[in-house]
Amino acid sequence: MMVDGVEDEEKWLAAGIAGLQQNAFYMHRALDSNNLRDALKYSAQMLSELRTSKLSPQKYYQLYMRAFDELRKLEMFFKEETRRGCSIIDLYELVQHAGNILPRLYLLCTVGSVYIKSKEAPAKDVLKDLVEMCRGIQHPVRGLFLRSYLSQISRDKLPDIGSEYEGDADTVNDAMEFVLQNFTEMNKLWVRMQHQGPAREKDKREKERSELRDLVGKNLHVLSQIEGVDLDMYKETVLPRVLEQVVNCKDEIAQCYLMDCIIQVFPDEYHLQTLEILLGAFPQLQPSVDIKTVLSRLMERLSNYAASSTEVLPEFLQVEAFSKLNNAIGKVIEAQADMPILGAVTLYSSLLTFTLHVHPDRLDYADQVLGACVKKLSGEGKLEDNRATKQIVALLSAPLDKYNDIVTVLKLSNYPSVMEYVDSETNKVMAMVIIQSIMKNNTQISTADKVGALFELIKGLIRDLDGAAHDQVDEDDFKEEQNSVARLIQMLQNDDTEEMFKIICTVRKHILTGGPKRLPFTVPPLVFSSLKLVRQLQGPEENPFGEEGSTTPKKVFQLLNQTIETLYGVPAPELALRLYLQCAEAANDSDLEPVAYEFFTQAYILYEEEISDSRAQVTAIHLIIGTLQRMHVFGVENRDTLTHKATGYSAKLLKKPDQCRAVYACSHLFWVDDQDNMKDGERVLLCLKRALRIANAAQQMSNATRGSTGSVTLFVEILNKYLYFFEKGNTQINAAAIQSLIELITAEMQSESNSPDPAADAFFASTLRYIQFQKQKGGAVGEKYEPIKASADNSDLTHSIERFGNWCRWLDLSNLEAMLLKICILTILVFDIFVRYLGSRCFCDHVLQVITAVKDDIN
Amino acid sequence: MVLVLALGDLHIPHRAADLPAKFKSMLVPGKIQHIVCTGNLCIKEVHDYLKIICPDLHIIRGEYDEETRYPETKTLTIGQFKLGLCHGHQVIPWGDLDSLAMLQRQLDVDILVTGHTHQFTAYKHEGGVVINPGSATGAFSSITYDVNPSFVLMDIDGLRVVVYVYELIDGEVKVDKIDFKKTSTCHSAH
Repeated sequence: MMVDGVEDEEKWLAAGIAGLQQNAFYMHRALDSNNLRDALKYSAQMLSELRTSKLSPQKYYQLYMRAFDELRKLEMFFKEETRRGCSIIDLYELVQHAGNILPRLYLLCTVGSVYIKSKEAPAKDVLKDLVEMCRGIQHPVRGLFLRSYLSQISRDKLPDIGSEYEGDADTVNDAMEFVLQNFTEMNKLWVRMQHQGPAREKDKREKERSELRDLVGKNLHVLSQIEGVDLDMYKETVLPRVLEQVVNCKDEIAQCYLMDCIIQVFPDEYHLQTLEILLGAFPQLQPSVDIKTVLSRLMERLSNYAASSTEVLPEFLQVEAFSKLNNAIGKVIEAQADMPILGAVTLYSSLLTFTLHVHPDRLDYADQVLGACVKKLSGEGKLEDNRATKQIVALLSAPLDKYNDIVTVLKLSNYPSVMEYVDSETNKVMAMVIIQSIMKNNTQISTADKVGALFELIKGLIRDLDGAAHDQVDEDDFKEEQNSVARLIQMLQNDDTEEMFKIICTVRKHILTGGPKRLPFTVPPLVFSSLKLVRQLQGPEENPFGEEGSTTPKKVFQLLNQTIETLYGVPAPELALRLYLQCAEAANDSDLEPVAYEFFTQAYILYEEEISDSRAQVTAIHLIIGTLQRMHVFGVENRDTLTHKATGYSAKLLKKPDQCRAVYACSHLFWVDDQDNMKDGERVLLCLKRALRIANAAQQMSNATRGSTGSVTLFVEILNKYLYFFEKGNTQINAAAIQSLIELITAEMQSESNSPDPAADAFFASTLRYIQFQKQKGGAVGEKYEPIKASADNSDLTHSIERFGNWCRWLDLSNLEAMLLKICILTILVFDIFVRYLGSRCFCDHVLQVITAVKDDIN
Repeated sequence: MVLVLALGDLHIPHRAADLPAKFKSMLVPGKIQHIVCTGNLCIKEVHDYLKIICPDLHIIRGEYDEETRYPETKTLTIGQFKLGLCHGHQVIPWGDLDSLAMLQRQLDVDILVTGHTHQFTAYKHEGGVVINPGSATGAFSSITYDVNPSFVLMDIDGLRVVVYVYELIDGEVKVDKIDFKKTSTCHSAH
């Protein structure tokens, strides 16, 4: 049926246009032959097409526009006609002979336009006559278009100030009267549309009506363009008259549109000066009118006006704009008890933006708005409406955007209360906004109270609220949020150590409520903040006697210990181990041996009990050795215990190469460059020998499992360690030992079962180059290196013997008392050489020479 | 001419909130051809940020890195130079030049870039350079007191590399320059 309706309408429109065009054609012919009578006849017939009531406003508009174009031509003709001597007054009379009222009025308006231009009568009289006559059409659509035509042709002919049509006295009033009257009549027609036709087509009618709203609004626009309408006139006449019409029409669509129209078309300063009148109309509007949008727009306009120039701000103060708006909003919310919460929040949000712009110095105003908002929210419980929470975010973001400073915002006592009413998701969103503001503006939050208030504010990130299930939370989002909290903790600084300690305690209290998921994110920043505080406490101003109860490094360390402990439950043993070691080093710097020992103990326990992944163990061992190497606070006993443990862990790593590297790294635990009491050359050598044994075992193992020996890299690494301690003056390590090691490596590399490894070759080559480099340096270093031959040529069997001898030396085979064991081992070694050289060398020669070597060694 | 940015030990968000704003405004996309990063970023956000500055990004693993797939060491060749990267916590004693020189021999590189100490250093060493770009955020370090944020820009041109150090001291960016020329005989042995 609907489709038929549309099709019918199309047909009717086509018929209307056809009729209109046909008559227009005859009219043109008449115009061309200057036949006034025919012209009037056909134009009236043409305009008769507009008498239809079958078309929808949209279609009617198409027809109207065609008629409008034709009427322009007719108007030109009338103008020509008067120039040829035809009296305009006669014309004005003549057109009134048209049979039907609608064409008659269109023609009258057209002639009226020429009449005003001719200035044979005052514009105000002609206009008044026309606007009165138009009352003859009471059909809404036809009437609206007719009056719209009147408005259109009269726009440039109003007796405004400065206009050529201005009359003797006060004709601005007449211009205003004319437009106001036309507006009033049009609005009445427009509103009446609503009540015509069957109730079931209400929606369709509403749609059609809103298509026509601009025809009505146009009048307000014209009013705003009249030069002569000054503030006084606007205040005394225009606004009250318009508002009266708006309020009295009791029509939702009209009220909503026209209020908005008033706000948009008239200048800001007019609104400011007539705020009371304008706001007074709001509570009188129909309850269904979307007041929040209209009022928000008003506040938005005023906010922008205030922001445009500081010169206008006194005006706002003078008219007490804030209190007027505040009152009006209070009244509106009171009057519309069932206004959805979204509406109220939107209003408060706009009001807050307004007051922030206009009264940035009046925090109490902002707080008042928030307070009112809290009051409204308190009756509602937690917000469920998505759009309302969005508005709350806008409301809460506004002061942050304005002041760029959370510290100022925290002074708003009602701010946290508003946060209470949002759900945990929104709390998180808002918390992120707050943190971003702090980061962006580099806000320093420097007292424990403020920190506490801030963490209370962002609690959605700090802990699980109202038992929200976390499995719904996107993991990336969660990470981002927690990293933001971690960043925030960096921003909490105070140079005063007492206050800083309080801040740390406050943060700690809050983050410990976060549960195992959050701790790995929040504990590290807190630990490092605390370690920074320890540094501060070590500063020159430190009072060794300390006041009673004042912060001491010891106190901070206690707190740190308890804080890191919480990571056990996560579990995050690797992180905890790192943090313990950091603390140990800080305790070392504070000369607190027992504390440092305790931290090391904790780290060791974690290593032994919690870290089982072999790769994680390797890293952990490096960190343990690296830290321990730097510790100077330990006495002999504690140090021995810890180093002994560390070397023990090193030798128990899963992979042989890892073992080897960790063990040679341990050599540094016995040799610290700048500490003379920490230079135990013998134990360094023991470590290196142990590393060599492991390297050898690694080779054997590789030989057994893969059929080729592994790379010599480990040996070259150990060689480098030899060189290191050789240079440092460790007398246990001499040129001969280095020479043997070089030869050992050379032989290994040339051994046929050795699998080629270019990286190891390059490493060895650059090590030899280094030795050469040191030799050429001359001086003490050069002298030291002199005995070492960096390039060994040993393709010969003698070298395998030498190598064999080396092995004996490496394995400490010089103790005659362990002869039996030695012979066993030597037999294995002989076998080893036999296996390697079988097939390429004379076996007997080998054996003979080996035996000679053994003999030599035994002797 | 190739520009290589070397930086590391940002420790975001454990020890610093972000890179200094002055550095951020200097590090704009499109000017740098390679980034070498000594690790300890520590989070993906920072990785993504570096990736925007320059997509050719080489990162090795620091002990606090969230991403565990970064390698422990890495070598790459840029122009005539071979670069080696390692965070440095594996090289004991930490920050010890002689021990780092051993790593340099092991990786067989002209330029070794390491971190961990948060202290900017650049040494010429038997025909090579050992560089530590320091901490780009000036993060707390148990090794170095009073860390200034710093990073290094290497301008590699033929056999010559100019090392620019940018250090933020009392809110001002100070630039230092170290020239290094590679002798052509270097590394002919293999």
